[in-house]
Amino acid sequence: MAAANDAFVLRVNRLTKRFGAGCPSCYALTGPAGETNICPRCGSIVACHDVSFDLEEGEILGIVGESGSGKSTLVRCLYFDEEVTDGEAFLAAYGGGRVNLFAATAQKKRHVRNHLMGMVYQNPLLGIKPHFTAGGNVAEKLLTADIYNYAGIRTRAAALLTRTEIPRGRMDDFPAYFSGGMQQRVQIAKALANNPPLLFLDEITIGLDLSVQARVLDLVKEIQRELGIAMLAVSHDLGVIRMLADRTAVMKNGRIVELGLTDQILEDPQHRYTQLLVQSML
Amino acid sequence: MLNLRTIERKHGYNFAFLDENTKREVRRKTLKAVAIPGHQVPFASPELPIARGWGTGGLQVTMAIIGPDDVLKVIDQGCDGGVNAVNIRKLLVKTTGVRTTFATGEATIVQTRHRIPEEKLRADQILVLQVPIPEPLRFVEASMAKTREMHAEMDYSRMWVFLYENIVKWGEITIGARYPSLVNGRYLIDPSPIPRWDVPKLHMADTLFLFGAGREKRIYAVPPHTSVEPLQFDDVPFRVEDFAGRACLRCGATGTFLNEIFDGRGGKLYVCSDSYNCDAVKAKREGTTDGGGQ
Repeated sequence: MAAANDAFVLRVNRLTKRFGAGCPSCYALTGPAGETNICPRCGSIVACHDVSFDLEEGEILGIVGESGSGKSTLVRCLYFDEEVTDGEAFLAAYGGGRVNLFAATAQKKRHVRNHLMGMVYQNPLLGIKPHFTAGGNVAEKLLTADIYNYAGIRTRAAALLTRTEIPRGRMDDFPAYFSGGMQQRVQIAKALANNPPLLFLDEITIGLDLSVQARVLDLVKEIQRELGIAMLAVSHDLGVIRMLADRTAVMKNGRIVELGLTDQILEDPQHRYTQLLVQSML
Repeated sequence: MLNLRTIERKHGYNFAFLDENTKREVRRKTLKAVAIPGHQVPFASPELPIARGWGTGGLQVTMAIIGPDDVLKVIDQGCDGGVNAVNIRKLLVKTTGVRTTFATGEATIVQTRHRIPEEKLRADQILVLQVPIPEPLRFVEASMAKTREMHAEMDYSRMWVFLYENIVKWGEITIGARYPSLVNGRYLIDPSPIPRWDVPKLHMADTLFLFGAGREKRIYAVPPHTSVEPLQFDDVPFRVEDFAGRACLRCGATGTFLNEIFDGRGGKLYVCSDSYNCDAVKAKREGTTDGGGQ
């Protein structure tokens, strides 16, 4: 299966993340079959287990699942916010796609994260610093990517903030005084700053009102079309997934139970859980 | 209470006050600091007869490296007569009996607070700086655990954002002293509150610079012939204080770091910050040779 497609941007093999000491039967006793991700024998939490997928060039892969299914942990692992327990990840833009990112040093990981990845968290305040100016937040991402030209940074920050509909006049204001939607758009501008080939979106529309949600999603879609950035979009909301994702993976109790074209998943769900999920859609 | 006058006779304190084991610890940490230029090395920093925050870091480094044949110069903000300098000099003289000097060129060890002498230092001299806040990232991150991680991963982006926002707000970088500088292309240091004027003197110098922070318990170093680059944007270069068109009121020198003094009538006067250098220039101009010594 893996050999079929070599145009991947990100390849994840057998990613496992366990919180707790673990025991030999952790993986056998958890998962969708047992409807739990807490090992009944040792109490460890298996947040993700045996998660494998390829993210292809320019596509948006949706990850859908209920709360606690491990989708946010998966993204956090891939962005190196969490250490994985086991598994491999390869980035086409790093080491020719043959170097396991999880085995790299902390310094290398930081380099990859700063130069080749962008992240938009559910809570904008995780991704931006409210007491740096909006422009300063974008500048931070550029500075981590070793761009040290003041005028260049200014121009790029202004362009990105304009692109994400932050008025030019608010560029030097603090996001602490922005609305939630504006903060989220600053975060998107920051994530895009260094033109990353890969962007992670973790429940980016949660907590925003509907009209703002729609504008943020439109923005993401437009950016993807314009720049061809590959994205991994996590959401529990099938409506968001339907609008954004080309392909979708359904997660349940830390496992991917179904992976396929979004239309196919929504119209003809195969797994019992996916069927339940689709039926529950409003 | 400790009476300095009776140290040698009655209490039998060790040479340079500290006991040999303590000195050895400071030397070990100093060697480590020299081996990893710019890296802050923790050390024990025991109590001294001078309160922490009054130069005890520099003092301990000096005590650890000084020998009976050394010639000592102590300055405070460039001045040999500052109260901090006088106290530290007295303590060191009482406990070591070394010769002291005001003449920068004669000294083998110069302990200093907030200035590097104007006269170029040589390879056989050591400059010991007293440091109040060794952590350059303290501006932008309060947690010491975090700043250690940031140093380990060479993550200085937040300091850069600080500089960026400075320019946005004020049109230029407003940090006067403590200008963050990158040592050997790796570690960011706080070069102690020396003015920007003195930062270029650290770069590729012949001299060993040792930094001691007693209250914060850190030693770091800039070895000779090591690059020290102030952080600067490609298009907003670092610049030192501008004294163009001004001269020292006392000695008439230009091209030295000047103290600004208000004359009480709305005007400003400018006098050299380096008192020995000022004396020397003045003596030379007046044709006398009484430029230094005690």
